[in-house]
Amino acid sequence: MRRIGRREAQAAEHDAPGSGDAAGRFDASPAERGGRAKPIRGVRIEARAVGVFFPGGREAVRGVDLDLRPGEVLGVVGPNGAGKSTLAKAMAGLLPPSSGEVRIDGAPAGSLGRRELARRIAWLAQDVPPDLTFTAAEVVLMGRSPHLGVLGLDGPGDREAAWEALRATGAAGFADRSMVALSGGERRRVLLARILAQEAPTWILDEPTTHLDLAHQQLALRLARDHAERGGATLCVLHDITQARACCDRVAVIAGGELRALGAPGEVLRPPLLREIFGVRFVEVTHPETGAIHVVAL
Amino acid sequence: MIRTASTETTPHARRFSPARLVAIVAALSIVAALVFAVAAAFGTEKISFRTALLDPGSLDARILFGLRVPRLVLGAIAGAALSAAGAAYQGLLRNPLADPFVLGVTGGAALGGTLALVAGSLVGGAALQGGALVTAAAFAGAVVATLLAFAAGTVGGRLDPTRALLAGVVFNSFAAATITILKVAVSPEKAQELLFWLTGSLGYESASTLALAGLAVLVAMAVLARQAHALNLMVLGDDAAAALGVEVQRIRLVVFFAASLAVAVAVSLTGMVAFVGLIVPHLMRLAFGPDQRLLVPASAVGGAAFLVAADLGARLLFVPLGTELPAGAITAIAGGPFFLLLMRRRSA
Repeated sequence: MRRIGRREAQAAEHDAPGSGDAAGRFDASPAERGGRAKPIRGVRIEARAVGVFFPGGREAVRGVDLDLRPGEVLGVVGPNGAGKSTLAKAMAGLLPPSSGEVRIDGAPAGSLGRRELARRIAWLAQDVPPDLTFTAAEVVLMGRSPHLGVLGLDGPGDREAAWEALRATGAAGFADRSMVALSGGERRRVLLARILAQEAPTWILDEPTTHLDLAHQQLALRLARDHAERGGATLCVLHDITQARACCDRVAVIAGGELRALGAPGEVLRPPLLREIFGVRFVEVTHPETGAIHVVAL
Repeated sequence: MIRTASTETTPHARRFSPARLVAIVAALSIVAALVFAVAAAFGTEKISFRTALLDPGSLDARILFGLRVPRLVLGAIAGAALSAAGAAYQGLLRNPLADPFVLGVTGGAALGGTLALVAGSLVGGAALQGGALVTAAAFAGAVVATLLAFAAGTVGGRLDPTRALLAGVVFNSFAAATITILKVAVSPEKAQELLFWLTGSLGYESASTLALAGLAVLVAMAVLARQAHALNLMVLGDDAAAALGVEVQRIRLVVFFAASLAVAVAVSLTGMVAFVGLIVPHLMRLAFGPDQRLLVPASAVGGAAFLVAADLGARLLFVPLGTELPAGAITAIAGGPFFLLLMRRRSA
């Protein structure tokens, strides 16, 4: 891996979102902040009657029909243990369904090789092993793996992509630090940078905002939106209903392994359904400045 | 707009680049060559390099080229095999305590080799006691142990590293007990010979045996080096590695069996040399970082130097008593405390 020097890292820290006066630049899109704005040839993922059984017979997902389309951010919400992450993994081609099928650009996910899948779909796990001793920059460069040759040697283009990804997530300032030395939020930003560096047209992000402070939660969701606006597709498993309503084009509500509702956030994320799913009261409030309607748990 | 750093500081020195790989392997090779030269120069008999080189018929030449060099080559092959395998196992199982010994692969090979030796002793046929049979049986034992660790550690199609290690520990106990029972079945002289072999001792092998062993270990290491990048990705977890294009199950099988081939070759020729596969990869990781593309070749060269040095100690420590230690005793004495230290650090 080619290096990102300490001096550069220090320089980058000044540019990094969330550091010093640069924090105010969150309103700019990643493209405006210097990120790549290349259009993306989107990939369509279709889940058809997907069911997933775990060893022991537990049915984590049952009969789910769900499409992820180019140009959209699809939110997946639901209570703990609802099957959101399992469904996300199945749609990423990481978990073969026990029943039904997942098709990627019309082809069964199982018919595509791992590298081929990795060039089309980037998957963000909820976390990485806690004792990971690679540096942040090394982890981000790992995102380039689907594009490397047999020996895994990275070139200048790969290092450039990794560097831009680190900057876009505000992680360049700690590029040279070992992952074990980073906070949960910093590790999350590194993993988001790895997703960017992978340059896959489809992102499947399992709780991308977990561990992040509010500013970086906004940044993560803005990266997802920007990706969709360039033609990519993003599936986000989210716990924050307000974020789901604000950021997603469509939302799927999962409970008990089943798809309970699917549609535009304003139609789906309504207090009666949310109360039924989460067992908590919700109200809709109008934002005093923007006039947008938000749904808030009481 | 990548900024390549010309003024690199400590953290960058840990990263992989082909130039750095060459530099590290070259530096370690120089160290290994020095160790090799010292180990060739010293022994129970004093020899003159000059005489040995100038007069091929001299006693010095016969000691150097007929005894010491083949033994050093054997030590280098076994040390390289065990260390490279240890580095691969640790990456594969995402556990710094994994090594051929703890995983039971060494125990399996020792049990296989012991079975062959005992069978040869009981039948009394010279052919049965030949090295080829012991090697083949040790290899079979290593493969069986690998399969057991793999099978016992796999749950729902995924390898649980802790389970695999526990299965190895249990299998080691089983192998040790079975070997103890087998030792009763042979003559006291044979049992003594067996004990020496099992403790891990470097003997004198023919050039053809060494060439074959060297070739097998080279093939195994080439496979491990080829998969080193995939091993790096697998530290992120199975799903994350798969999402980056790694065929996790296939790579795991390939690496497991390549490492076990190397271990089997080493154990069949030297017996159970303990902890080389643990100490050396950890020293290399401390020095050069966690990248398997550096770790596997560096461990191989470092392991070769380490075992040759340990064998030198084994040869010289008891010279006044007119006897010598098995090299495995030296590596175990060094490795035991190191292992405990690692466990303390891990649980801290």
